[in-house]
Amino acid sequence: MSKKTEVIINVALIGALFLVLFLLEQNLPSTHMLFTVLKKGAIYALVAVSMNLLNGFTGLFSLGQAGFMLVGAYTYGVLTIPVADRANVYMYFDGGLIQFALHPIIAIILAGALAALFAYLIGLPVLRLKSDYLAIATLGFAEIIRAIFQWDQLGPITNGSNLLRNYPSYKSVLFYFAASGVCIALIVMLINSTYGRAFKAIRDDEVAAEAMGINLAHHKRIAFVVSSFFAGVSGALLAMYQTSVQAAMFKSAMTYEILLIVVIGGIGSVTGSCISSFLFIILSEWLLRFLDTETYIGDFHVPLLRSGFRKVVFAVIIMIIVLFFRQGIMGTREFSVRSIYNKITGKSRKKEEGGAAS
Amino acid sequence: MDWLSKNLPYLMAGISVGGQYALIAIGYTMVYGILRLINFAHGDIFMCAGLIMVYSVTVMPMYLAIPFVLVTTVLIGFLVERVAYKPLRSAPRMSVMISAIGVSYLLQNLALYITGGLAQQYPTIPWISDVITVFGVTTKRVTVITPFLVILLVVSLVFLIQKTKIGMAMRAASKDFETSQLMGIKINSVISFTFIIGSFLAAVGSLLFFSNYTGVTPTVGAMPGLKAFVAAVFGGIGSIPGAVIGAFIIGISENIIKGLGWTTFSDAFTFALLIVVLICKPTGLFGEAATDKV
Repeated sequence: MSKKTEVIINVALIGALFLVLFLLEQNLPSTHMLFTVLKKGAIYALVAVSMNLLNGFTGLFSLGQAGFMLVGAYTYGVLTIPVADRANVYMYFDGGLIQFALHPIIAIILAGALAALFAYLIGLPVLRLKSDYLAIATLGFAEIIRAIFQWDQLGPITNGSNLLRNYPSYKSVLFYFAASGVCIALIVMLINSTYGRAFKAIRDDEVAAEAMGINLAHHKRIAFVVSSFFAGVSGALLAMYQTSVQAAMFKSAMTYEILLIVVIGGIGSVTGSCISSFLFIILSEWLLRFLDTETYIGDFHVPLLRSGFRKVVFAVIIMIIVLFFRQGIMGTREFSVRSIYNKITGKSRKKEEGGAAS
Repeated sequence: MDWLSKNLPYLMAGISVGGQYALIAIGYTMVYGILRLINFAHGDIFMCAGLIMVYSVTVMPMYLAIPFVLVTTVLIGFLVERVAYKPLRSAPRMSVMISAIGVSYLLQNLALYITGGLAQQYPTIPWISDVITVFGVTTKRVTVITPFLVILLVVSLVFLIQKTKIGMAMRAASKDFETSQLMGIKINSVISFTFIIGSFLAAVGSLLFFSNYTGVTPTVGAMPGLKAFVAAVFGGIGSIPGAVIGAFIIGISENIIKGLGWTTFSDAFTFALLIVVLICKPTGLFGEAATDKV
């Protein structure tokens, strides 16, 4: 299969996906559970891939994702609330300090940029640390960010610990897919560039990578900042999806959830992260809902089923994956048209590459 | 004198909370010393101890409930190690840490399921919850008892580690995991024993902690857990006296900050301290310098 046909097939598949989504949207009521799940799945796919860039491709075990999402979500909310609504939203802070509203797209990009700026500053001290210390320090910084955003003194900007709401949001599921798709494509391009190769080298062996002339501090910083940029963007999308946002939801539990999505998908696989985030969201928000409601079959009261059971089942599944299927769904492999084609035609990858070389 | 009477309540609360953090921190520092693993689930084991107490007093008298809590908490700690960490002993460190996060997620969700998400009122333990007056400050007796109990427990623990055979095995395992195995130390029983001690102390800590802060929620263990870990790092990971001193310093500073009216930043301070320590003196106050082998 030539490179050209591969590109054509990929473009066609993406086009078909958007067409299907478009048709679904025309034909199903917009409140259908499917759309909720797809939107949230797209957002989580983006943040999972951004975390994978750090944990899976660069080998930096960072647990700060929720903090950067918070920065993004708040930047978006604060900058886009229409001026007319500000008095109402910031009712405890005299309408707040900021008296302008930006276009949502600009605000999303700024959300990423601010998260990246935070990451740059946090990275200066934190990226010198190794493995588990890095994890704890980033977790700590995420908590500090949350505390600062909830601080009353910053209320005129962040609305303290109150809700941000009334900002504009796109309703169409197509927007979420497009936004998150573009971002994931950018991350994939980064991973496939020389930077990406350097990241993988750092992951596999820091000392060897340094000996090969890779500037460790520089590359780690780039990975951290880029990952946080996209975490910020996904935070903005999440804010948009939820139509209201509050700092209290971005707890470390959220980071854990994202990390577990990455693990289920396979640490070091972009497509794995995407698949597992959709799977995670679809199962937890939709298909396993029945576990949370008390059920009777005839006169028989099904035991255990009541509010909260879904999450227990989920946690057990996750533990089983962590313990027995450490590779996750995809391991470090990627799902692609080429790999399927090769599987069908029985060609191994090496053969094809060798053929191309000769 | 005026200053003292104004600030003494915060200082006392700080010492008391510090002691409770110390009991949790010992569990972290011992496990990290041997397995090089941040046991993210430790804070949740602490929370479980609180919940078990809440439910056990409804079916048994207090003098049975307390030992029951201690025993079941130890059992949970033991099981967590056997089920979630032991199978991953030869796996990369990242996998074990992810497993620890998974256990924490599981325990929190289990607690959420059992409690239905409502904060449970911790039972009043007679005598230690009595209100007393010290230097003109009204407080619960537990505030005064905590530091002494902590010191007593720590001294006996240090004695156990320095003088007994199992203590010697633990020290050997934390020095060099593989060599100690070659020397015939049953590494699995040593690790189990470490988790048992850690969980026991966490259970004692929960008895004291929840006598002061009586609401038990599924996520109540997360913050004290992280703070205790910071205390362990601050004192030098692997060092028990270091963890205890670190915990007292964190507990006291946190309450002083609260006293100054900066409650929002009392949690943030802990992490700021962690970052300063890790950058300036990564080995902590009493930690041994470790050299990385290439």
